[in-house]
Amino acid sequence: MSLKTFAGGLHPPDSKAYSEHKAIEICPLPDELVIPAAQHIGAPAEICVSVGDLVKKGQVIAKPKGFVSVPIHASTSGEVIAVEPRLHPMGRPLPSVVIKADGEDQWDESLEQNNPENLDAEALKKILWNAGIVGMGGATFPAHVKLSPPPEKKIDTLILNGVECEPYLTADHRLMLEESERIIDGINILRKILSIDTAVVGIEANKPDAIEKLTAECAPHNITVMALEVKYPQGAEKQLIDAVTGRQVPSGGLPMDCGVVVQNVGTAAAISDAVRLGHPLVERIATVTGPGIKEPKNLKITIGTPLSHLVEFCGGLEGEPGKIIMGGPMMGQTQLSLEVPAIRGTSGLLIFRKGDFSTKPAGPCIRCGRCISVCPIHLQPTTIATYARLDMVDEAENYHALDCIECGSCTYICPATLPLVQSIRHIKGGIMAKRRKS
Amino acid sequence: MLTAVLCLGGIGLVAAATLGAASKKFAVEVDPREAAILDALPGANCGACGEPGCSGYAKGVAEGRLAPTLCTPGGSGTIQAIADILGIEAVATTPQVAVVLCQGDNEKATSKYRYLGLSDCNAAQKLADGPKTCPGGCLGLGSCANACPFGAIEMTPQGLAVINRDKCTGCEKCVSVCPRNVIKMVPKDATVHVLCNSHDKGAAVRKYCQVGCIGCNICKKTVPEAYQIENFLARVDYEHHEDAAQAIEKCPMKCIHDFSTGYPAGSRLATTKPETSKQPAA
Repeated sequence: MSLKTFAGGLHPPDSKAYSEHKAIEICPLPDELVIPAAQHIGAPAEICVSVGDLVKKGQVIAKPKGFVSVPIHASTSGEVIAVEPRLHPMGRPLPSVVIKADGEDQWDESLEQNNPENLDAEALKKILWNAGIVGMGGATFPAHVKLSPPPEKKIDTLILNGVECEPYLTADHRLMLEESERIIDGINILRKILSIDTAVVGIEANKPDAIEKLTAECAPHNITVMALEVKYPQGAEKQLIDAVTGRQVPSGGLPMDCGVVVQNVGTAAAISDAVRLGHPLVERIATVTGPGIKEPKNLKITIGTPLSHLVEFCGGLEGEPGKIIMGGPMMGQTQLSLEVPAIRGTSGLLIFRKGDFSTKPAGPCIRCGRCISVCPIHLQPTTIATYARLDMVDEAENYHALDCIECGSCTYICPATLPLVQSIRHIKGGIMAKRRKS
Repeated sequence: MLTAVLCLGGIGLVAAATLGAASKKFAVEVDPREAAILDALPGANCGACGEPGCSGYAKGVAEGRLAPTLCTPGGSGTIQAIADILGIEAVATTPQVAVVLCQGDNEKATSKYRYLGLSDCNAAQKLADGPKTCPGGCLGLGSCANACPFGAIEMTPQGLAVINRDKCTGCEKCVSVCPRNVIKMVPKDATVHVLCNSHDKGAAVRKYCQVGCIGCNICKKTVPEAYQIENFLARVDYEHHEDAAQAIEKCPMKCIHDFSTGYPAGSRLATTKPETSKQPAA
């Protein structure tokens, strides 16, 4: 039987063997947590605590600004010892709350436990917003916004993203194996919010144990589990919709334009906790892996834990580090320092040694067309990159540069090691700037 | 034979008469001054005047919509020529040149990380505010050199932009493209500049740059009227810059440079002296 997938894409060595058989361990709390106010797509939250305040785990420390924004919570109990800009995974200092943990790790008593059966969709969405639930795949888009489609957009399918197509990462895989009941509960809550029945969990075929387990457990709930061909970037929203339903999201459109809502399996688990236990999003599963780590592990981490603390818990560094990446190797963010905190979008920490990655200088384009054949959006990366180099904004826009999902497949495959996705990202900024002006 | 000659001749006569009549009837009034101004302009289509090209500017000036002094590349010669065409008095303007206020190339200034991406300063700047530790220093990836319509900007092998003062026409293209605002417009007759753009405190600057201004005030103490210090960064006061050169030797960080003695070390131009600066103001 041939497995479903999308057109384009490629399969880099998945390198998941480092950590795929390691059970999730709980990473102990560090002494100090740095919690940035900007951890999601949208407006950064506004810090509402000051130095000296005593906070409980789950207490709101920053309030959302606007609808596309979520509150930020204290991820442990303790004292606020600083409210100042600290180095953020984005690479620059951003406003953060520094909490000195008191070691009690005490939950805020005011958090309410709820039974989803007794609540309507609006009340459930309100709970998710207050709990700061964002997409856990890495993009951190506020979940309540995705779950509030305008009335003219009819949603008929919920897709759960258990693809985890990024090489090295195994956090979602372990979550599906070890905490499937939370995921299924989350799916049921999501179906109730959207008032639909069809739910499909998409999982790549390189996780047969997770497919088997979820298929068995999902059957009584009328949830379909679909095994997908192993291919990057299948975990990207639009590619996953194509693979599972065969529908195409229109250029410039959103999944809701073709009647689909996609949520990560990690988000579903967090939604279950938020509703049943009242727990806001203060911890997540992340993979600490790569050839530069002594003992790669899957960890349950507290938001705000410095990366150095995670490395220490995983036995320290192996060899001389050459590159630190938050997230996966294809779309992750390179870090300047191990002192940055893990945030809500931290799906993994990947460390390469010097010499583990190529630093070959870029050569001229040999017109081989490989970037075009792997592009999952069917763009012409080499052409757009040329326009980017020449700063030809209008031409790049005509070639649909804005539809690029920045998956990096073109840069990965390029035999001339041209910085294709980097160029496209650059010109996207130029196009957006031009649109703002006019 | 005769029929053919008559036919063709007849067609020719009718066509000539029609065209002649049409050119009289539909003639477009062209201001002769516009063409004359266009001839007087340098023809670089650089956009320094704010118009897309020289013809647009010529039209604007002829219509009286634009001032005749906006063509910086042309300089005073062009302004005089335009003034003659329009029959007005030319106003003297101070010619301006662009200067890169930084000497911290890759050997003299430290980097936060090794940048491997697109060779474009604006792209690099988006990645954690650029690889250079100094928040104001030249990134050295050459966006200004690519933007310069006159080929006046040289990128040194060590990664620093150096502007050729003789080729620079003051069109400000480089100023608008630089993400770090390290290129400033200065009067062409001023040759002494503080080549630093970091407003950090001295201790921080020393950590990341061997030639950065630490705001020590020594230049201001030496020539009080020629220097101003703001936010730990010295600047030459271009209103009173005549004696600024006296502080060059006193500067502990060697970040004051006199272009009349040549370009900064590391540049291909290092040994050449700018033509326009043969007589430093004294």
